[in-house]
Amino acid sequence: MVLEGKNSVAKTISEKILSAHSGKDASAGDLVVAELDFVMAQDGTAPLAIRAFEGMGGDRIAMAGRAALCIDHSAPSPLRAISELHALMREFADKYGLELNDVGEGVCHQVMLDKGHALPGSLVIGADSHTCTYGAVNAFATGVGSTDLAAGLLSGSLWFRVPETMKVTIDGKLSRGVFAKDIALMMVGDITADGATYMALEVGGAAIADLGLDGRLTISNLAVEMGAKAGLMEADQKTLAFFDGRTSEKLAPVSPDAGAAYQEEREYDISGLGPQVAKPHTVDNVAPVEEVEGIPIAEGLIGTCTNGRLEDLRAAAEILRGKKVAHGVRLIVAPASREVMMQALREGLIEVFTECGGSVMCPGCASCVGTHQGLPGDGENVISTANRNFKGRMGNPEAFIYLASPATVAASCVAGEITDPRRVM
Amino acid sequence: MKGKAHRFGDDVNTDYIISGRHKFKTLDMNELARHVMEDLDPHFTKRLKKGDFLVAGKNFGCGSSREQAPLALKHAGVAAVLASSFARIYFRNSINNGLPALVCDTSGIDDGDTLEIDLASGRIKNISKGSEIDSRPLPRVMLDIISEGGLVEYMRKHGRLAIE
Repeated sequence: MVLEGKNSVAKTISEKILSAHSGKDASAGDLVVAELDFVMAQDGTAPLAIRAFEGMGGDRIAMAGRAALCIDHSAPSPLRAISELHALMREFADKYGLELNDVGEGVCHQVMLDKGHALPGSLVIGADSHTCTYGAVNAFATGVGSTDLAAGLLSGSLWFRVPETMKVTIDGKLSRGVFAKDIALMMVGDITADGATYMALEVGGAAIADLGLDGRLTISNLAVEMGAKAGLMEADQKTLAFFDGRTSEKLAPVSPDAGAAYQEEREYDISGLGPQVAKPHTVDNVAPVEEVEGIPIAEGLIGTCTNGRLEDLRAAAEILRGKKVAHGVRLIVAPASREVMMQALREGLIEVFTECGGSVMCPGCASCVGTHQGLPGDGENVISTANRNFKGRMGNPEAFIYLASPATVAASCVAGEITDPRRVM
Repeated sequence: MKGKAHRFGDDVNTDYIISGRHKFKTLDMNELARHVMEDLDPHFTKRLKKGDFLVAGKNFGCGSSREQAPLALKHAGVAAVLASSFARIYFRNSINNGLPALVCDTSGIDDGDTLEIDLASGRIKNISKGSEIDSRPLPRVMLDIISEGGLVEYMRKHGRLAIE
């Protein structure tokens, strides 16, 4: 592609992807209109996007074959009114030819990955803040609201401000009992809830290279909890191998240029890092697990777009195998997608979760956002693998939510109180 | 426009603005407007008068992408939100729906202060304190969206976004 405008200088991943998709030689701070590769909305945002699309006079979509709707946030529907909104989504998807991922297909973000819709080097918008998750596979993917989504669906493009980039280098080796979620929580605690606002993160280093795709997705998932617009990583052989058989498109990963300009650079060595817990009611209220050990819990949640993938389920099952969930504790497990659920079945993980006293739910968002199934009671403490612990997040403003890794949640459910997973591994 | 300031702190997230337990149920924004801010202040909608302003610290609107947040505030009668910074998705959603979001130094504004805002200039007069502050100018594309009456109307007229 021939770029117009300023002389080309060394670029970050964001600058390269947004330049390639806008036909401009764009740098941080520039505004561009960029062509989209894929758009997605879920059942909390799609109904409003449909209404906006109609308000814009839309009678066809520019994103044919490149748009998906997912029913995951309140799936299966717990209320008649929600069933009506789901019906609206199905009707719209049929009418305009969008891919519909119905109840049970999984959390929108995992579906976007499983089905090969979010590709390295691509530009994706989703009407869900955790769309930044696909940065882990080198997609410039960012969350938007319903009206922006409708504009993208209708015209195939959207305006963007090219973000500045914070470069985060994570070196060292993870200790036993410590996982990608602990790295992510450590980062949120240090960078804080608005420390990366309007910026893209570029996350790399030896510790990231060591992680499987599942763990990398967990880290990119939490980018928005630092205010970031995207949580980008470079693609490597593991990334490319993931897309084998998932897409017929030629993959075009994007790496930053040497000498690209970063607004901020941070380096961490995670060799000595222990399990981390985010305490109520903010994600950046992070403490080492030792500080909160012994706090009684009433509910545990393993799943969501943060930690509902196979590596997460395996780590939890390793702790739960042959054990029982403590009296008075309910454990809810929700695989992130149908594909994850099928593999978990083959590996006997679902049997472990069921036998230990847990409840396995339909692939989807489960209890994360408080719309159905698994609402905590007044005064109860929940330990969850999700990405948000805001007051009221799980449907009850009188409950307290702690965020941790699947291993920490599993160990805590067995003990009935927040527990360092290294004690039981 | 002139109204009273309703003061909130830092990091007011979209779950607090309108909880997921309400927003997934309906597209009726007047119904959602009755529950706006209730987890932080159950009496907010009773105190709010049409045309009042919500004033906050940093990172207003962080969290989920729900557009119901600015829509519910707008339908509840909030005329503008003033904050020292906004989370990016909320900021776009607010402008797209014609609810002014002004980035300015809010540290000198107290709960109950009477403010007068001139949107065209971005100038905010604090009548109670006898002081004036300026808000950060918006990029041209956002001014264009506002002048068309929101992104729905903009798209209806132009068909796609354009930046000169």
